[in-house]
Amino acid sequence: MKIAFTTKGTEWNSDMDPRFGRTEFILVYDDEKDEFTSFDNRAIENEAHGAGPKTSQKLFEMGPKVLITGNGPGGNAATVLEKAGIKIYIGAGQMTVKEAYEVYKNNELKEF
Amino acid sequence: MKIAIASGKGGTGKTTLSTNLTALLAESEKVVLTDLDVEEPNSGLFIKGDLVKEEIKYKMIPKWEEDTCTLCGECQKNCNFHAVIQLGPQILVFPELCHSCYACSELCPTESLPMISQRMGTLKQYLNNNISFIESRLDIGQEQAVPLIAQTNEFVNKAFNKKTVKIFDSPPGTSCPVIEATKGVDFVILVTEPTPFGLHDLKLAVETMNALGKPYGVVINRYGIGNNDVVDHCKGNSIPVLAKIPNSRNIAELYSKGKLIYTELPEVKQELQNIKNYILNLKN
Repeated sequence: MKIAFTTKGTEWNSDMDPRFGRTEFILVYDDEKDEFTSFDNRAIENEAHGAGPKTSQKLFEMGPKVLITGNGPGGNAATVLEKAGIKIYIGAGQMTVKEAYEVYKNNELKEF
Repeated sequence: MKIAIASGKGGTGKTTLSTNLTALLAESEKVVLTDLDVEEPNSGLFIKGDLVKEEIKYKMIPKWEEDTCTLCGECQKNCNFHAVIQLGPQILVFPELCHSCYACSELCPTESLPMISQRMGTLKQYLNNNISFIESRLDIGQEQAVPLIAQTNEFVNKAFNKKTVKIFDSPPGTSCPVIEATKGVDFVILVTEPTPFGLHDLKLAVETMNALGKPYGVVINRYGIGNNDVVDHCKGNSIPVLAKIPNSRNIAELYSKGKLIYTELPEVKQELQNIKNYILNLKN
């Protein structure tokens, strides 16, 4: 299964990015193949409007079943993610990717 | 003759100046006051009148026609605002993000995104002797102020003679709503306060008006608080200071009761008279 993280880097030790729409990177971990794919989302800072839907669409293309993030998406992004059938877990904004993955595995994250 | 009352910083006294100046002008002229701060119009707290017209305002948004859509993705590529998103086999439209530019609709090869109207707010016109007061108000949940400001300006342009003095109470800041509210006017009055915050945002507002090529002057409100930096900045950059309205508890008390100020306080009336003279001079 593929699990997506909003992050500030592309490794296990990278910090999570608490923001969804304006996250710096999307990092997707495939736990069956034990490999990462990532998307550099930093160009989003030039967008005045619609960051949420745009990032959601990118996330949809990357095909994860689960999203782990910090504050949670805004209204527009939540609409897209819901239609895309992606489960969202929040509250991992101040962790590293590795810590976020572990608390998710232990069912300690709140579902959005 | 169109005058916008604007500011960088919010809460500097745009509405206080707009309403009091309107009332003073109306002592000798016909005046149109338009509240273009459509997200939170408040000139109507101070200027009353008889309701003479009410219009529902609409904006155009695309509606996805699933049956004819080939999912080619052109629409989302052409939308600068990410208001149209393709998600696998469906197209999602976000009306709050839509700027009614028609790009998705016009460029759709199968005409699967026809534009439909969506209610965004109301425009009301009141009459009180020499004052025509126009107020537009966005519906709750609407995010785009610009289309309603544009339609309100259109209404005012059609309804009144070019020569009539028109005061526009503008939104604060320096973003799209302010541009829309000021781009068609002849002169902009920038209201500020003599504080570091006031000066910081005044500089942004001045930069904006320079970019638009608008003539402007400054009114310093709450004069007496803070420091002299705003005065010095205006002097150093040859920006005319049209008036200095003193800081006073009396003003705050009158304002809090929804009353006009200049009728009670001669020192304020004198400053407003200076602005009135300046405007009438511009007109001639």
